[in-house]
Amino acid sequence: MAETIATPGAHDDHGHEHHDEGWVKKYLFSTDHKIIAMQYMFTGMAMAVIGGFFAYAFRMQLAFPGMEVPLWGVVTSAEYNSLVTNHGTIMIFWVAMPVLIAAFGNYLIPLMCGVDDMVFPRLNRLSYQIFFVSAVVLIWSFFVEGGGFGGAWTAYPPLSAKAEYSLTPSGASLWLIAVALEFVAFLMGGINFVTTAMNSRAKGMGIYDIPMVVWMIVIASILFMASVGPLIAGAVMLFFDQQLGTAFFDPAQGGDPILWQHLFWFFGHPEVYVVLLPAMGIVADVICVMGRKKLFAYRTVLFTAIGTGVLSFTVWAHHQFIAGIDPRMAHVFTITTLLISIPIAEMCFCYIATLYGGSLTLNTPMLWALSFIATFLIGGVTGIFLGASGADIYFHDTYFVLAHFHYTFFPIAIIGTFAGFTFWFPKMFGRMMNETLGKIHFWGTIIPFNLIFLPLFVLGAAGQHRRIYNYDNFPELALPWMQDLRILATLSLIVMLGFQLVFFYNCYVSLRRGKKAPANPWNANTLEWLAPSPPPHGNFGDKLPEVYRGPYEYNHPDRSEDFWPQHVPN
Amino acid sequence: MSARPIATTREMAGIPTGRLAVWWVIASEIVIFGGLLASYIMHRLANDAWSVQAANTNTWIGAFNTFVLLTSSLFAVLAHKAAVEGNGKKAARLLLYTAAGGTTFALVKAYEWSVEISHGYTLASNTFWSFYYTAAGLHALHVIAGVVIMLIIAREAARNLELHRVELIGIYWHFVDIVWIFLFPLLYIAK
Repeated sequence: MAETIATPGAHDDHGHEHHDEGWVKKYLFSTDHKIIAMQYMFTGMAMAVIGGFFAYAFRMQLAFPGMEVPLWGVVTSAEYNSLVTNHGTIMIFWVAMPVLIAAFGNYLIPLMCGVDDMVFPRLNRLSYQIFFVSAVVLIWSFFVEGGGFGGAWTAYPPLSAKAEYSLTPSGASLWLIAVALEFVAFLMGGINFVTTAMNSRAKGMGIYDIPMVVWMIVIASILFMASVGPLIAGAVMLFFDQQLGTAFFDPAQGGDPILWQHLFWFFGHPEVYVVLLPAMGIVADVICVMGRKKLFAYRTVLFTAIGTGVLSFTVWAHHQFIAGIDPRMAHVFTITTLLISIPIAEMCFCYIATLYGGSLTLNTPMLWALSFIATFLIGGVTGIFLGASGADIYFHDTYFVLAHFHYTFFPIAIIGTFAGFTFWFPKMFGRMMNETLGKIHFWGTIIPFNLIFLPLFVLGAAGQHRRIYNYDNFPELALPWMQDLRILATLSLIVMLGFQLVFFYNCYVSLRRGKKAPANPWNANTLEWLAPSPPPHGNFGDKLPEVYRGPYEYNHPDRSEDFWPQHVPN
Repeated sequence: MSARPIATTREMAGIPTGRLAVWWVIASEIVIFGGLLASYIMHRLANDAWSVQAANTNTWIGAFNTFVLLTSSLFAVLAHKAAVEGNGKKAARLLLYTAAGGTTFALVKAYEWSVEISHGYTLASNTFWSFYYTAAGLHALHVIAGVVIMLIIAREAARNLELHRVELIGIYWHFVDIVWIFLFPLLYIAK
């Protein structure tokens, strides 16, 4: 599609590329949703490598305090703070968000809705460009005077507001600018996703014929839109506190540091569901196709997801039980927090019921999808302890919390992503992935993952606090068995990171020599499998598909074939 | 190849895509201003002493700006009416009047702020003034952005192009208006 109107500011951030004109236009400044999806996907994966490397560096410091870490050197305490802060920031805002929402949303929404592109292709491109700039700003913040921001990804004032506490005069502000830019990019993207799914679906596709993953990305985009506003306002206020001498969050001058916690967590908790729901959607699609079963209770899953979204706005203060909030208030938030586990459990039960009696194909995408349900359940169940305000007084800010949210975020951001990536790889690149390498990668990731975080539950229950640079300074936390568990977690992390090389090698081998993928290698029903693999510009050629039924008609009694594509008239 | 994607032409929800998107923009803006104003109101309720500071804002200038902004919105409505009738030239002229209203608002605000700053009430004076400048400043940025977009749309509308955009900027402008309707009593009238 030729551009008739140039987008202002679109030509600055890739100025260093001097390739062939056509290549640049096709892969860097494209408005095609599939190319933009790949840009998000690969940027997200590159950021994941950085975030994983940071985890390696600070875990080495925890296991072997003061040791010279290979590829990094001695981790100073300031570096340690910056590493943990930016590990969290990167993994949530620059990995989970771009990959799960932006990459899968961009790739799947137009294809699964049976149209040729998003409704705002140029806005889509601008969204990626702003996201790219935000990533550059974040990486830049590691190299300025004082180093990268070290006030934790939650950026609580006064540590984040005052340079004399954080000791990162520029790092803190650059971090904040990067996060704010990233929010702007995702607001644009989200508006595009929601509008596209609402307005330009295939003819005949009613709202209950939309594949679950599209629904989930749309609900997640709306949640993001509805929750991020107060934090954008809060980011402006925090930036003014840092740079212009205001005192919004300084109690000595009439401000209130707890206000930031409210603004942050009013966004921060719905954010969990913003990234969770797309992963749940991916898993729903994978288990239906690989289990050859209709999704159990489509409408229940859908309304449960919407209910979860609404409820997620009422739970945020469970992060602040020990911040000095009124205990009566804590009771209210305990109740809402425990309530929200009901719809999520309900969705998991629906998925298990979908699997019941299915003829399961245990290939790589299916293994990832099944392990998502298993690991996420552990994350959910351990959350009950933290949601109860009494138990949380003990568990707050221990490694129990850390293990809990890694048992939710790892299934979401890593397992969910791999489930989707391996499932749609044939569509995206036109070649099948190597199953053997895929399974080696799966087991090499899932076993070490559990060996990292199960010991951390134990350490947390034993009272090990988070955000401590060197436990040797705390004799009661430096017992030999505790140090052994730390070493176990760190070594497991190294093993897990090592197995990611298998994944990259698998991508390389499969792209070069993989079996050519047919249009519909999994015999799936949804519309993206109608398009050629990989889909050309415009996706479906001259005639866009029409839809005659829901997305999950597998093993229908009236059909000889075990699947019934949405676009087939009868 | 200059054709737009077919996706851009569909209207399954029964609302034109552009209008739908503007409503989503406004929904996300409401939570931005909502978060800021809720923070302000909570602080204000907890700090009676702020009324002493608030007494130094100029209610008359605020009232004048309210009048200017509301009047400019009237022109936005008339511009929409002209655009519906297909009269691009008239719509463009009326949009220019709206933009003039927005510009007047910004200029008056600039004068007002320079007086206040010269009297020593700056962003960092105390938390009331921090909220005052942040909230009104964020709103003023929306006014300026609206004026710029309006001028771009007016230029096209004058050539009878993209007339549906006249309505879209009108919706946005009403939103900017309504935010001010909240800011004016909160920052100026409540003493």
